[in-house]
Amino acid sequence: MTAFEAAALTRSYHLEGVTVDALRGVDLTIGDGEFAAIIGPSGSGKSTLMHLLGCLDRPTSGVLKVGGVDVSTLDDTRLAELRNRMIGFVFQSFHLLGRTSALDNVALPLVYRGVPRAERRRRAREALEAVGLAHRLDHRPSQMSGGEQQRVAIARALVGDPQVVLADEPTGNLDTRNGDEVMGLLERLNADQGVAIVLVTHEPEVAGRARRQIHVRDGLIERDVA
Amino acid sequence: MRTAEAFRMALEALRVNRLRSALTMLGVIIGVSAVVILVAIGTGAKDAIEDEISGLGSNIILVVPGQLNFQAAPTQSRLDLADVAYVRRVVGDPSRVTVSVQSGESMRVGRNEAFVTIVGTDENIPNVFERPLKRGRYLTETDIDTRRRVAVLGSEVSGQLFGDLDPVGRQATIAGVRFRVVGVYDKVGATFGVARDREVHIPVTTAQRLLGVQRVNGIAIGASGPDVIDSLGQKVVDALVARYPGEKFSAVTQTQLLGTIGTVLGMLTGVLAAIAGISLLVGGVGVSNIMLVSVRERTKEIGLRKALGARQRDVLGQFLIEAVLLTTIGGLIGIALGVGGSLLIEALSPVPASITLWSILLAFGVSAVVGVFFGVAPARRAGRLDPVVALRSE
Ligand SMILES: Nc1ncnc2c1ncn2[C@@H]1O[C@H](COP(=O)(O)OP(=O)(O)OP(=O)(O)O)[C@@H](O)[C@H]1O
Ligand SMILES: [Mg+2]
Repeated sequence: MTAFEAAALTRSYHLEGVTVDALRGVDLTIGDGEFAAIIGPSGSGKSTLMHLLGCLDRPTSGVLKVGGVDVSTLDDTRLAELRNRMIGFVFQSFHLLGRTSALDNVALPLVYRGVPRAERRRRAREALEAVGLAHRLDHRPSQMSGGEQQRVAIARALVGDPQVVLADEPTGNLDTRNGDEVMGLLERLNADQGVAIVLVTHEPEVAGRARRQIHVRDGLIERDVA
Repeated sequence: MRTAEAFRMALEALRVNRLRSALTMLGVIIGVSAVVILVAIGTGAKDAIEDEISGLGSNIILVVPGQLNFQAAPTQSRLDLADVAYVRRVVGDPSRVTVSVQSGESMRVGRNEAFVTIVGTDENIPNVFERPLKRGRYLTETDIDTRRRVAVLGSEVSGQLFGDLDPVGRQATIAGVRFRVVGVYDKVGATFGVARDREVHIPVTTAQRLLGVQRVNGIAIGASGPDVIDSLGQKVVDALVARYPGEKFSAVTQTQLLGTIGTVLGMLTGVLAAIAGISLLVGGVGVSNIMLVSVRERTKEIGLRKALGARQRDVLGQFLIEAVLLTTIGGLIGIALGVGGSLLIEALSPVPASITLWSILLAFGVSAVVGVFFGVAPARRAGRLDPVVALRSE
């Protein structure tokens, strides 16, 4: 099984008559349980690629299969369901709901899956325990450190048992120690549960911990080192 | 996503922005309470007047010369006592017909003076009108036949001229002529601003001599039941027209009066409710406005929810429910204030107010509809947001 299969993927943005080709023909296959890092200079198209893989955006041309399904055949509702079941997201700036407890933040993906409240809370608690935050269930994001917030975000990404976790610069806003901890969590998730991890990063040390490095430059894959 | 979940989320969002939610609701609250209060006042006025009309008695027909409409000046009466006798024969039961000759006169007892409405009438007053006695007796047939100078006083006249004394058997002068009081009516209140407690009833024959007239102002008939009112009125009018070809006579019934007044006051109430409804609409525009601001502010949240698997309809539902909750909670508060305000007005002011269920249901229904109507545009905008655009926005 392959998590992602992209062929000749392009994505162009049109802004006031100017066309920006953020991706210019990407061929990429990422298998189940892989741990890959996407690296490249700023503006090279890393986030754009990540959004396409995560079905948050649609390619301008090319074919993208997620879990073997051609996403161009899915309408917005199906895409939302696909995201909900297959993919967990971790963002550089955490993206937690501000006035909501850690527990409810983590449970949010299950709300859209129609999971009953009691079970949601149970699974969210387990996910928070798995990232070492059993003592922060009722804290709000503003009452937690950056590292803790990112661990809440990881708990939210894994609460729905996804096949893939997509992480866009998950350590970008963290110091070395917290960044290290977050990477450790992702590694364990990959090793213990076989969840494929695709992470975008600027930092060579972070990229070095992945088993595969995909170098992106000017909207193309320049090098793919396993 | 379950509906209950959507409600929980929406309530949470409103709770988080408590002050803003309250201010947004204010428009709806004012609109709804205005609808409830104004309709209560309109209905109260209508009820009060209907009570007055019904309080006259039941199944009354007033026969007057001329055509009754609001533009024409009152016609000079050509009816006299012979015509009254004729109408009695037409009706069949003479005791159901009574008569009136009216004039404003001053009445004195010793040093006390009162300006009263003299009503020349007969012994059939209690058969036609609801006019209970407090003391003494009604006018009798003999009083009429022998043109006695006797009077039955309205309760206010009695108080003004005699104070706490029992007037029965005492003397009073009307336009310089001496009368003996034989009875006092109970207090009955006013009808159409006619203060019936300021009336003094004397025999119609005596009144005609006192005033120097042959005519009577009108004839009142008490029909035997509600179903014969219209036919009896028509029969009397036809008979009078037959007696005086080419002239016009009218029969006015309580039902007609109630109908006319009901229509006018119903329209008035409708207009009041519509004006209040406009403020409800303005409240709705406020909701729409705030929801748009809220969608813009929460663009990132929407992007995140979509990334986590929220479908377009989940997000749309969330924002729509927020808008509807704003207006319906506002509506409920408005109803509470409206009902409270109406009760206060009824209790503390002379304005009658009567709360009606339909105005409450209508106001609540309209506020819910306003929520949907004005919430749809912002909610659709939220639902359609592109997750990437929403997530990238700062
Ligand atoms: N919504 C958009 N409209 C127009 N241009 C866009 C949009 N999003 C991205 N771009 C452009 O596409 C290119 C790739 O952007 P992208 O965000 O993928 O870069 P990146 O590799 O993630 O950079 P960084 O490391 O700084 O996050 C950039 O030139 C960017 O300006
Ligand atoms: Mg980026």
